[in-house]
Amino acid sequence: MNKLQSSNWFMALQIGVIGGIAAILISLLGMVEEFARRDIIAGVIEMGQTLLLMALLATGYFSARRSYTTRSFLRVIEGGVAGAVVGFLLWLLVQLIVALDLRTIFLNASPALIKILTFGGEGGIATFGLMFTLGILGGLAGALIQILPTRFSNATVQGLAWVALLGLLQDLIRVTLISLPTIGDALQWMFGGRNEKGLSILGAVVVFGVVAGVSVLPSGQSSRIQARLRALPAASQQTVRWISLALAAVIIFYLPNLLGSILSNVFNIVGLYILMGLGLNIVVGFAGLLDLGYVAFFAIGAYVMGVLTTTAIGPQAGQIVYGPQMTFWQALPFAVIISVIAGVILGIPVLNIRGDYLAIVTLAFGEIIRILAGSDFLKPYIGGSQGVVQVAKINIGELDFNSPQKLYYLIILAILLATFISWRLRDSRIGRAWKALREDEDVAQAMGIHLVSTKLMAFATGAAFAGLSGAILASQIGSIYPHSFKLLVSINVLALIIVGGMGSIPGVFVGGLVLVGLPELLREFSEYRLLVYSILLIVMMLNKPEGFLPETVHRRELHQEDSVDARPEPRPSAS
Amino acid sequence: MLKRALERYTSTDYFMWLTGGAIVTLVVVGSFATLRTGNYTARHWFDFLVFGLAQGSVYALIALGYTLVYGILRMINFAHSEVFMSGAYISYFVITSFNKSGFLDKNPFAALLVVLAVGVVTSVIVAVLLERIAYRPLRKAPRLVPLITAIGASFFLQEAFRHLFGSQSKAYPDVDILKGTVSLGGDFAIQKIQILVIVSAGLLMVALYFFVMRTRTGKAMRAVSEDKDTAALMGIDVDAIIVRTFVLGAAAAGAGGVLYSLMFRQINATMGFVPGIKAFTAAVLGGIGNLPGAMLGSLFLGIFESVGPILFLDGLGVAAPYQLKDVIAFTMLILVLIFRPTGLLGERLAKAKA
Repeated sequence: MNKLQSSNWFMALQIGVIGGIAAILISLLGMVEEFARRDIIAGVIEMGQTLLLMALLATGYFSARRSYTTRSFLRVIEGGVAGAVVGFLLWLLVQLIVALDLRTIFLNASPALIKILTFGGEGGIATFGLMFTLGILGGLAGALIQILPTRFSNATVQGLAWVALLGLLQDLIRVTLISLPTIGDALQWMFGGRNEKGLSILGAVVVFGVVAGVSVLPSGQSSRIQARLRALPAASQQTVRWISLALAAVIIFYLPNLLGSILSNVFNIVGLYILMGLGLNIVVGFAGLLDLGYVAFFAIGAYVMGVLTTTAIGPQAGQIVYGPQMTFWQALPFAVIISVIAGVILGIPVLNIRGDYLAIVTLAFGEIIRILAGSDFLKPYIGGSQGVVQVAKINIGELDFNSPQKLYYLIILAILLATFISWRLRDSRIGRAWKALREDEDVAQAMGIHLVSTKLMAFATGAAFAGLSGAILASQIGSIYPHSFKLLVSINVLALIIVGGMGSIPGVFVGGLVLVGLPELLREFSEYRLLVYSILLIVMMLNKPEGFLPETVHRRELHQEDSVDARPEPRPSAS
Repeated sequence: MLKRALERYTSTDYFMWLTGGAIVTLVVVGSFATLRTGNYTARHWFDFLVFGLAQGSVYALIALGYTLVYGILRMINFAHSEVFMSGAYISYFVITSFNKSGFLDKNPFAALLVVLAVGVVTSVIVAVLLERIAYRPLRKAPRLVPLITAIGASFFLQEAFRHLFGSQSKAYPDVDILKGTVSLGGDFAIQKIQILVIVSAGLLMVALYFFVMRTRTGKAMRAVSEDKDTAALMGIDVDAIIVRTFVLGAAAAGAGGVLYSLMFRQINATMGFVPGIKAFTAAVLGGIGNLPGAMLGSLFLGIFESVGPILFLDGLGVAAPYQLKDVIAFTMLILVLIFRPTGLLGERLAKAKA
């Protein structure tokens, strides 16, 4: 008994140390200070503190969950201990920063950070007491959330998450509310005053109450509606489906008017990424070919559009020597077709290469394209590091797609087309061939699948979507530079489809909105975008490799081992 | 007879031969053209060669890590380039403080040894954590899963370093005893730093090779890379051996990081990417999973990359050929994987790849 308890405290300390290191990292990476400007609840808590609080709550939560005892009281106390460790480590960090002048090494170990961490305290015993107590309280709160019955703890977590989310997105929500006069005025009390950011205290309490209340309700409510829907005759079900589809269409159609040009522009960027995501989803998700050079096709689409339509032709700097000066619509087929050809050309040599090697070769291909685009060697033809400028704008007859709101419709159209193509391909003969290829190449070949054409088809389709996306981007911005086509773009797109769920078409949309949309909206967040993506990639792979909106086959495949390995492994005996 | 021989090859084979042939022709024609212009004397070529050798030795130190880990886990440790970077980066803080305190000038050998040790230890710590957090839980997952984790880990380390220490490049201090050249008679001379890099990398490689070939741990490593399950049955602690493999590879990469920084005297958070992918190319070139292969491939690639752009492209009238040196290295990677995926010395890969 005694031994059990001591190991238990040790576990709490261990988790406390891990949580403390996470909190220190968050601080030293500069997130705390950078996010301090964005209030979640006006005058009460800002984003940076929220992050630290989240680390603290998680520490308490996990130490209670990992605990060996079943006694709730002890588990809460352990959470407090783990929280205390976090508080202590952060205090230690502050002391070290001051004593050793760590700022010469760690860029973000600034006085501003210390001020946030110590709540403006002077150091000394009072500050230590404050940080230590806050640590304990946070740990206790986290542990309390954990020991609540699942229903209540879920409700609490959801409530907190919604408060944080609404607080973060308050800019967006306010802008939208302004364009809806009556409802907007009625909801003004939710937010802080004119010059404040974040929710008002009342707003936060109400949001938390509503969300927690709704999710704590017996969950029968929503499933009852579903059941009633399913009980309807087929014809009525069809009608319901059409109505909801029509409703979605109306909302999508009306959205740009609501959002204004800045937010529409964000939506356009998201749209272009979704378009690329749909393409990469075919290559990686359907066919299982990990392509890290996907940006190359995006670049090729953009460059073909640029070179074919630019009007900056001549011997001077910033001009290229030859260009046919086509219109957007004349050049678009070329952009897509040349991307497809590039896809096939890349596809042929890598036909015999699998898995890891494929990743490296495609990565190398992407880099080759980028280096060539920026080199002096090809400068006369594609502009070198100065890129191509004065790319043609999009127009149909008299109608110019010059504003983000108008371009939005074009991008939506392209996405619809791509979605339709991927959706039809997924269930077609070739789609099943891709799936077979993904599962086992040798078996697929033995079953009579022609590997060459199947793989090339995947590369070509993926390349076509990326080329289309690149071509639209080139005209949207009006100029293209080689440095826009770094490896990071490929990684972004990869992260997007992995978070959504490899092979899942709705997953691409969710991934795009969350991973591209959020950082575009939260400017200070975008500095940390890649950091968060990389953490997401690791965490997703460790805990939820099938993504948030998984395709059924993938889910089964990735969790199949759980059922096999569920048997406890034989432990080596202690003797 | 001829017909049957023809039937054995598909149109993709022809396409690939055509591409390969075109590239070889380009290289041969370019080389002749460059040599005929006579713009470059023997001394130039010698300098290129020595530079390539020094560069190749650093690649070799990194490539060892790729090859060791691949041999055992059949996985490309994508984050290995960041293991290299972290060693170089942390050693920067030590060497600058030594430089400030005057220790570096007073006692350069001891100082450099400490700096090297710091680089090695940092890299080892990063690699062990990486293995523990990101790779070990996924040992039985489908192959794509650990690969994506590795990519995530690579970017995480890059971004974390960038945000922790700032995104500007930092200048590695000059070491007085490494300045200047050693004359070899006539026009020929070698920079001291290049001698240091080549010699120390050579010593490290030899030490590593003997470690893997002669010690008990090395033997266990080879057993695990042959067959994990059987090795476990023979009483080898597979997890421990995998950790040691990561340690070994990381130690070499850390040393490589310090040498690289001494040579190029600039560090930043993304410095690992290009040498990393080059070293991987070299490992593949030599036959991945094969230690001497990785060393040979690295030296070959280093020289190829330093001589290649001028030799192949200058004569063809390509503007600023040196910008294209990465293109040459990457093209070589693709060509090797297409035409000889087993590499120069590799033999096991053909089976292991499936």
